[in-house]
Amino acid sequence: MSYFRAENISLHFGGLKAVDAVSFAVEKGEILSIIGPNGAGKSSIFNLISRIYTPTSGRIFFEDQDITEVPAYGIARLGIARTFQNIELFENATVLNNLLVGRHRHSTTQLWQELLFLPGVRANEKAHRRRVEQVIELLDLEPYRDKLISGLPYGVRKVIELARALCSEPKLILLDEPSSGLNVEETDDMSFWIRDLKSELGITVVMVEHDMTLVNRVSDRVIALNYGRVLAMGSPAEVQGHPDVVAAYLGA
Amino acid sequence: MRFLFKTDYEDDIRLFPHSGYVWSYGALFVLLAIAPYVLSSYLVSQLVFVCIYATVGVGLLILTGFTGQASLGHAAFLAIGAYTAAYLQQFNVPFPVYFLAAGLLTGVIGAIVGFPALRLQGIYLVIATISFAFIVEEILARWESVTHGNEGMRIKTIQLLGTQISRDSPTFYFLCLAVLVLTIVGSLNLLRSPTGRAFIAIRDSETAARSMGINVALYKVKSFAISAAITGFAGVLFAHKLSFISPEMFTLQLSIEFIIVILIGGTFSLHGAVLGAIFIVMIDPFLTYLKDDMPGVIAGVAAALGAGSERAGHIRDGVAAFASANGLKGAIYGVIIVLFVLFEPLGLYGRWLKIKLFFQLFPLYKRATFKRQKIYVKSERNR
Repeated sequence: MSYFRAENISLHFGGLKAVDAVSFAVEKGEILSIIGPNGAGKSSIFNLISRIYTPTSGRIFFEDQDITEVPAYGIARLGIARTFQNIELFENATVLNNLLVGRHRHSTTQLWQELLFLPGVRANEKAHRRRVEQVIELLDLEPYRDKLISGLPYGVRKVIELARALCSEPKLILLDEPSSGLNVEETDDMSFWIRDLKSELGITVVMVEHDMTLVNRVSDRVIALNYGRVLAMGSPAEVQGHPDVVAAYLGA
Repeated sequence: MRFLFKTDYEDDIRLFPHSGYVWSYGALFVLLAIAPYVLSSYLVSQLVFVCIYATVGVGLLILTGFTGQASLGHAAFLAIGAYTAAYLQQFNVPFPVYFLAAGLLTGVIGAIVGFPALRLQGIYLVIATISFAFIVEEILARWESVTHGNEGMRIKTIQLLGTQISRDSPTFYFLCLAVLVLTIVGSLNLLRSPTGRAFIAIRDSETAARSMGINVALYKVKSFAISAAITGFAGVLFAHKLSFISPEMFTLQLSIEFIIVILIGGTFSLHGAVLGAIFIVMIDPFLTYLKDDMPGVIAGVAAALGAGSERAGHIRDGVAAFASANGLKGAIYGVIIVLFVLFEPLGLYGRWLKIKLFFQLFPLYKRATFKRQKIYVKSERNR
């Protein structure tokens, strides 16, 4: 059985089929990219997996467990973290607090213990802080720890979103356009980090991406979508050479 | 200028970042401790009201400032706390018991109000909380067997450990101060633990909060419950301070006063609740001054400027009519809210931070330091 599996998932808004009977599987430890023209349904698939939308039909499995009915907050607890295309950080909080929210699924303290800030809570906080510091070190975020998000440039925010997802120690991470709005240098960094996620942290990565250089550099497999349907699936070179994909992009 | 070198994760957790805080808060504590013995009884009484309003302010801040759920129904929570105390007092329940019971009951009702509020956002939530407040006000007026309706209820003096704590005694002031300090410390503890961060996450982006594993519904209800419970505790003290409560004391205007407390103080820090409370409690003496002294003063000025005695008399009557006009208070509140939202959105505490930074950086302070930036990349799609 595959590590992660989507079976015939569909998302219909009235007559519009944003996602139409898409099936795919992700193996443990691989990097899968989803490509396709604008409006192809790439982000919608992510929103279906993280349950921001409810699938019209179809089922989703993770580690052999049916997660189609799991509520949105339960998805993260299973070990699936995500980033957003348009950055959804907590604007008026510090970088550190943003990252600590990423630790939320590991917090075990009760409300009354927190009101008194008992030694157990303090110890937990320090443990969370230590894990957050490891992520900060990995992604070179040291200069920004105490800064408010609202004052940070776009490129840094993008990295912080990745960091927040990593803080939850996910098994599977969904990256929605990790390089959008980044310059060449920042995109390079991002591609190294995505590789590191796989090789050093053993995280399975699914990403939506438009930058084909990045896709070619990091992905093991690629899925091409158009109008909510799968056009092609396979290695980056195979998919890019597929006549349907060429037609979808060039409008042949 | 002080540079903090952090060498331990403890540095990010502790409540007092450095010794300067210990000194300044220590000094404040000493001042508050000697206050009832040096200040006039009127000022001590005002201080008690500041404590009560600030306690409510802290409760409202948790809900509105940190969880982002606006409420115009906190007068109702205050009323529930107050009436619970008054009701239980009739059966000779000791003070600590009915104090806790009032907070607990208000908290439970807050949680129940929180459930329908889960589906409402922004202005709709405000309307829902207003209607809740009206419902409670109506119940208090009609449920005569429990609340004595519009006749109101008398509150007996607090009996604690065999002694009476009169509402004007220093002990009562210390009781209110202790409740305020405990509320602040508890709230600060909450805000530096996972629950507080979840609140802030919900305020800034519900979608992101959800995808980070936060059960948004549960935490919103928790926030409502905590906020209501704190307000309930304040309600008990409020009832004791006034020694008489009736439904018309807990009107929409009181809820608006609480919103003003946090709006003027600053919604991003608990300091705001205290500063806002001081501000709102000082409005009443200011209005009294306006009514009693202002007409005479202005007429005096007019006379000095050469107006005849008849003319000055006219001016005095005019000003007096204006100062004692009905609804002047509401009008002043409105003007204050508008001015603060436009010119001081970070409130009094924000202004204090700016002044502090000015002196810390002197002479390098840049005017644009706190200039608000326009943000163009905010997605509204995934609400």
